[in-house]
Amino acid sequence: MKIRQISVFLENRPGRLSALCRTLAEAGINLSTLTLAETGEFGLLRLITPDPAKAQQVIEQAGYAATATEVVALQVPDRPGGLASVLQVLEAHGLSVEYMYAFAMRAGGDAVMVFRFDDMDRALTVLQAAGVSVSKSVDLFGA
Amino acid sequence: MIRNLWNDLDGTFFPESALDYMPADRLREVQLQRLKAVTALAYERVALFRERMDAKGVKPGDVRTLDDVRLLPFAAKTDLRDTYPYGLFAVPMSEVVRLHASSGTTGKPIVVGYTAPDMEVWKQVIMRTLYAAGFSRGDVVQNMFGYGLFTGGLGLHDGIEGIGATVIPISGGNSERQIMVMKDFGVTAVSCTPSYFIHLIEVAGKLGIDFKRDLKVKRGVFGAEPWTDQMRQFIETASGIKAYDIYGLSEIIGPGVAAECGCQSGLHVFEDHFLVEIVDPKTLEPVPEGQEGELVITTLSKQAMPVIRYRTRDITAIEARPCACGRSIRRIRRISRRSDDMFIIRGVNVFPSQIETALLKTEASLPHYQIVLTRKSGLDRMEVRVEVTGEMLRDRLSEMEGLQRRFAHSIEQITSLHTDVILVQPGTIPRSEGKAKRVLDHRNDSV
Repeated sequence: MKIRQISVFLENRPGRLSALCRTLAEAGINLSTLTLAETGEFGLLRLITPDPAKAQQVIEQAGYAATATEVVALQVPDRPGGLASVLQVLEAHGLSVEYMYAFAMRAGGDAVMVFRFDDMDRALTVLQAAGVSVSKSVDLFGA
Repeated sequence: MIRNLWNDLDGTFFPESALDYMPADRLREVQLQRLKAVTALAYERVALFRERMDAKGVKPGDVRTLDDVRLLPFAAKTDLRDTYPYGLFAVPMSEVVRLHASSGTTGKPIVVGYTAPDMEVWKQVIMRTLYAAGFSRGDVVQNMFGYGLFTGGLGLHDGIEGIGATVIPISGGNSERQIMVMKDFGVTAVSCTPSYFIHLIEVAGKLGIDFKRDLKVKRGVFGAEPWTDQMRQFIETASGIKAYDIYGLSEIIGPGVAAECGCQSGLHVFEDHFLVEIVDPKTLEPVPEGQEGELVITTLSKQAMPVIRYRTRDITAIEARPCACGRSIRRIRRISRRSDDMFIIRGVNVFPSQIETALLKTEASLPHYQIVLTRKSGLDRMEVRVEVTGEMLRDRLSEMEGLQRRFAHSIEQITSLHTDVILVQPGTIPRSEGKAKRVLDHRNDSV
């Protein structure tokens, strides 16, 4: 099951990230996880939150440029070779990972990681066929 | 036949616009008569013009043909500043019924005055402006030009009332309220600066309002700053309205000097009130007909503040060929740049409009941008800051870097200059509700 990630454009300057985080805090938005990808001058803050539509609205109203992207959260066995086994499935089917980052929580004994693939739909089919657990939104954020 | 020619766009006849179709030879006679009168008035009543004419050895009687305007001295914005506030007035203050002032970019503003007949002329030229753009009685017009000392707001206001349309004197600013009024009041036509309208299109989008579906706006007149055909295309495509260019300047009268008709191919100058010349900005000699140069205007009917051969700094050309609309008053090409907006970097002349064209070639809509010129160890650098919008934003850094490269490449293709393109967050480039400050030149800030 795909989940929505919000990406926000940030200039790579002191105070820009904390200003955005303050905006989110004031709107009562809980961040489930986030990651920052950056070049020398600017960065993309990618974040996962229980209510992505509201988060995007709050962020845009505060004057930031934001866009929504679909990603999947996968349950990765928390043992040596756990991630490798998932990646192997993808490799076998010629699917490439654009980026991935860890979720700040665990599901059962597993770690949860967020993945963005070049071909999201095919990746999902392949992963499910291979028995990789794809987290549902209810697993991640509660009902 | 004549009736057809005098009919506007939708076939309605507007008596005020009849002057736009005056036979050319008659128009030149009127211009000559008025040129003689205004030269005499300026010489008799305004010390600056008298002193300059005396210094050149020219008397009002030397003006015998329209070309003789070239015998007269030029005037410039500095003359208005130097004679602040009333030094160029040709009538006693008891005759002056209205004052306006332009926000000078440096130091004191410049002050302009109008007699009661001047006000009537101003209203008439605005009415002709609006008719040419298809405005008429029944339109609900949201006038977003600034009210107050700026000539834009009140100038348009009187003309809108003059044609019998409904005017909403909302002035500029508070963009969300502008959109609300536009929607709730059933606005059919607008007037403002083109950059502000582009801003409003953005704001409407954020509010979830679709210009084409949710609003009734059909047309707009836009002016007070140079803009490009690409900006027009963007406005018309994004909002579904027809966008007409209007031209004017406070020193001459305010808006109402020239305006586009339904053909949108150049601006008809209201030549019965304004005599236009095109000169080479360096030599000040007239350029051959049809060639680009600086626009110079002489007011033909202003009483309170006649202005002889005013150097506008606006670059354009006179289009003498007849317009398909049938108007006999000649057109000037759209002004997309000013001679003083131009900057020279590494020996290359650059106009902000060129940067704009380059940005629009890369992205479908024109982002907010600013050109910053700096000097390091004697080397000039041009940096173009571009605000990232939600539409432009991609989730991949490589795509954003690609966008940056495409902007830079496009600018290089047009200006042959290497540029550093910096992507910045929305709202970080300062903007005024009126004229956008496009170029920051820091080259002489430090050695």
